[in-house]
Amino acid sequence: MTTTTPTSTSKDNILVDVRHLRMWFPINRGIIIQRTVGYVKAVDDISFFVRRGETLGLVGESGCGKSTTGRAILQLYRPTSGEVYFDGQDLCKMKGEDLRRMRRRMQMIFQDPYASLNPRMTVGNIIGEPLEVHGIARGREKRERVQELLRVVGLNPYFVNRYPHEFSGGQRQRIGVARALAVNPDFIVCDEPISALDVSIRAQIINLLEELQEQFGLTYLFIAHDLSVVRHISNRVAVMYLGKIMELTSREELYENPLHPYTQALLSAVPIPDPVVEEKRRRIILEGDVPSPVNPPKGCNFCTRCPVVMEICKNEEPEFKEVQPGHWVACWRVGH
Amino acid sequence: MGRLLEVKGLRTQFFTQDGVVHAVNGISYHVDEGETLGIVGESGCGKTVNVLSIMRLIPQPPGKIVGGEAWFDGRDLLKISEEEMRQVRGNRISMIFQDPMTSLNPVLTIEQQVSEALMLHLGMDRKQARKRSIELLEMVGIPEAASRIDDYPHQFSGGMRQRVMIAMGLSCNPQLLIADEPTTALDVTIQAQILELVKQLKREIGMAVIWITHDLGVVAGLADRVNVMYAGYIIESGPVKDIYGDPRHPYTIGLLRSVPRLDESVKEKLIPIEGLPPDLIDPPPGCPFAPRCQYQIEKCLKENPPLETVARGHMVACWVDVKRKGA
Repeated sequence: MTTTTPTSTSKDNILVDVRHLRMWFPINRGIIIQRTVGYVKAVDDISFFVRRGETLGLVGESGCGKSTTGRAILQLYRPTSGEVYFDGQDLCKMKGEDLRRMRRRMQMIFQDPYASLNPRMTVGNIIGEPLEVHGIARGREKRERVQELLRVVGLNPYFVNRYPHEFSGGQRQRIGVARALAVNPDFIVCDEPISALDVSIRAQIINLLEELQEQFGLTYLFIAHDLSVVRHISNRVAVMYLGKIMELTSREELYENPLHPYTQALLSAVPIPDPVVEEKRRRIILEGDVPSPVNPPKGCNFCTRCPVVMEICKNEEPEFKEVQPGHWVACWRVGH
Repeated sequence: MGRLLEVKGLRTQFFTQDGVVHAVNGISYHVDEGETLGIVGESGCGKTVNVLSIMRLIPQPPGKIVGGEAWFDGRDLLKISEEEMRQVRGNRISMIFQDPMTSLNPVLTIEQQVSEALMLHLGMDRKQARKRSIELLEMVGIPEAASRIDDYPHQFSGGMRQRVMIAMGLSCNPQLLIADEPTTALDVTIQAQILELVKQLKREIGMAVIWITHDLGVVAGLADRVNVMYAGYIIESGPVKDIYGDPRHPYTIGLLRSVPRLDESVKEKLIPIEGLPPDLIDPPPGCPFAPRCQYQIEKCLKENPPLETVARGHMVACWVDVKRKGA
């Protein structure tokens, strides 16, 4: 691999450093004698880093591997290959007690606030569990900490003995946030935290996440498919397509000067709530569907739908290159 | 343009163990021939129950249409016999649903599903229906329609299944197509394809469309008029440019302000609507939005405001004139 991948240059400010991460899921056939007949290449050789205290947005359509990336970083899936440095230590090489201790520093907020809370546990137990698991607090101290966490996420501390079904979607998501905060993590993977919520509730949760980041100096990997929300919350944004990062740059640069044809199409497809603007807009309508990650196209992964495809795109994979300082693109038309 | 559908005082309730859910509370609106009406609202605001009531697809019990009229083509859809209703459904008015994964029958081929309405309503034989089905699938942009017509739904992607649903919806040249969040389950690039397709088909066929969504962006580029619903009421209704350019109801204003927009510079903070939508079993007296409303006055907590005209075709249900910030 070339040296132009966006790995860390200055070590000091980087919390999470992902290098050549691959997450392939085997496809097995046969009942007694299982053999692997292929792989779902959910994440295929991606590299990026997240600076301390920043929010990196990860956008892409369903099935592009953005959630898998988040899970592989936290070692909820063991990556097929590659390295994930968290504060200088490679998580992929860790196991057992060492890894468990590191997990205290990284947490996750899930998409579905209905499925990610155990319906048989009280709110107090849900938020208190990580405190006990990691030996942070017990008994009365734990109860007090849980109540404080409820206050922090804007819920009434009096709710500790209630069950998840007594809460609305937005309130449940607040409980999920409180659970993630319980162990005082440095890094939180937010996996589509607002997609399942109602429009009028979304802004509440986004503001909460931003306030908490400021208050506790959190670092976020914010996974979402909604480009307007990602633009609002992120410092830098990575665009994924079929297991690869197509473009990665600062928020301003990505939305004002998108260089990859996929990013351009994606941005043009987002509807804007203004009929006057909508009338004048010209959309780039992509043809067809996303190919299967089991058998991605040869060459550039986007070549089957790209409106400006060239011959070389169908045969050779473009390099993920830094074309301007801090702006990485994988496209034969840009910087090659 | 003539009136195609006129709904008057529609009221639908669900009788559950926990009490009566007031899903739709006496709403009135109309759709003209060839126009697109957007119905916007959050989950539980009654937007789907409203159209299911008109189509007489509400499961009864627990649901019940307790009042109102729905005039379509000189007949009240809520009064005609089930037999007559079946002549309307899928023929004159057709509906496409949110989830293309679950609204197609997995054990029937695409041909069987698309041609069913053609044989039933238009009296075609199997051969004619097959030919017409292929034409319809081509019209909605399914490649190699002639061979794919024998496939089963699982062999299609989400976007393609939604195209099949649209083909089914269009099969009998309906005068009214009701689309209930048809792009919500799809990715943005696929959503853009479907929106483009619907706009093009509308130009070609000239049918009227009711487009239900929670996404303010989708309706902005598609609808002629918009109804905003909240807690089973229409709280604002008007031409699309008025609703977005000059919203008058605090809820509409709040909704538009709370979503980040790609064409605006990034704001420090989003302005959320505080609080939660009301419980429909025990709705607050007065205006349903009052507990969350920043313009709330005493009257709002006691009396529910009627929908009143503020400008040509633009109606708002609010006691406060938000523009002048007074009652």
